[in-house]
Amino acid sequence: MMDPNLIIKVKMADLNVAKSPGILTTLGLGSCVGIALYDPVAKIGGLAHIMLPDSTQIKNNSNIAKFADTATVKLIEDMINIGARKDRIVAKLAGGAQMFSFSQSSDLMRVGARNVAASQAILTKLGIPIIASDTGENYGRTVELYTEDGRLVIKTIGHGIKQI
Amino acid sequence: MPGIDIDMLNTLHLDVLKEIGNIGAGNATTALAQMLNKKIDMGVPKVNILELKNVADVLGGPENLVVGILLDVSGDISGMMMFVLEQRSAHILVNILMERDIHDISEFTELDISALQEIGNILTGSYLSSLAALTKLTIISSIPQMAFDMAGAILSVPAIEFGKVGDKVLFIETEFAEGIDHVTGYFILIPDIDSFEKILTSLGVSL
Repeated sequence: MMDPNLIIKVKMADLNVAKSPGILTTLGLGSCVGIALYDPVAKIGGLAHIMLPDSTQIKNNSNIAKFADTATVKLIEDMINIGARKDRIVAKLAGGAQMFSFSQSSDLMRVGARNVAASQAILTKLGIPIIASDTGENYGRTVELYTEDGRLVIKTIGHGIKQI
Repeated sequence: MPGIDIDMLNTLHLDVLKEIGNIGAGNATTALAQMLNKKIDMGVPKVNILELKNVADVLGGPENLVVGILLDVSGDISGMMMFVLEQRSAHILVNILMERDIHDISEFTELDISALQEIGNILTGSYLSSLAALTKLTIISSIPQMAFDMAGAILSVPAIEFGKVGDKVLFIETEFAEGIDHVTGYFILIPDIDSFEKILTSLGVSL
């Protein structure tokens, strides 16, 4: 059982960082993506719950935790501020589901896949390796990032629990 | 295809939206009563405006199992419409319609699921047809798609649309009651910005 005192919640369009033994969690990811970053030496983690791929495509983009590009940059900054080193940080991704299937898959319906692609692109650009992913499909996910060892636990309704 | 920037709205706009919700939900309730052949009472719909951060906290929390019904809206306006029910409310509706006694979603048969989909179809369809009659706009809706999952995951779909233009989400909460059974449902209409203007203009209100 996880100790409730160690849990730090990350809401929709939100991000946070923690040192070991903190547990960062975000509940009910749908088409949004959870970007989990981890420095295994400093045992520092960061988690963002992003909703949209690209802040440059949106006029009102002041909420930086909402977008894959700006949230990732801020998350790395915040981790460095509490002792992480950028060259040690690795990433895991979860979410980006397509919750409803429509025959004419409009732009609006593919936002999950676009969120995943944008998260991968920004991490690659920043030189952060993606060491594991659990993305796509058509179901919601709750994720927990354990900063003691960097494991990411993914919980679902009807699709089991996994650890990446 | 942006939705509405909720921060742009004044009290008059909100009143108009509330009234649209009231009429739409009222029509939907009548349709539901006819379908179930029961007397259904409806509470006064509430217009909820929430920060993106707090969207997933309605409907019993982000991990609570809910039923979401989503359809595409086209014609003179474009966007999406969603109807969301808590698990318990979904059981009650199916139990009334199918004369069943279900207490867990795992007990649903395929027939129960299509009955629920039909309820969603009728509720959203009558909501939209009252909006069309009110505004004299042509509104075409797609066949609804249904999903059972965590509230956070289901609500991420409309939240992302609203998130494209602002940090708030607007939706209309409606409570139905049949006897002692209370069913709470949420209608979320997500017109794009031009459509929103069209709706308001057609009702004689400017944005």
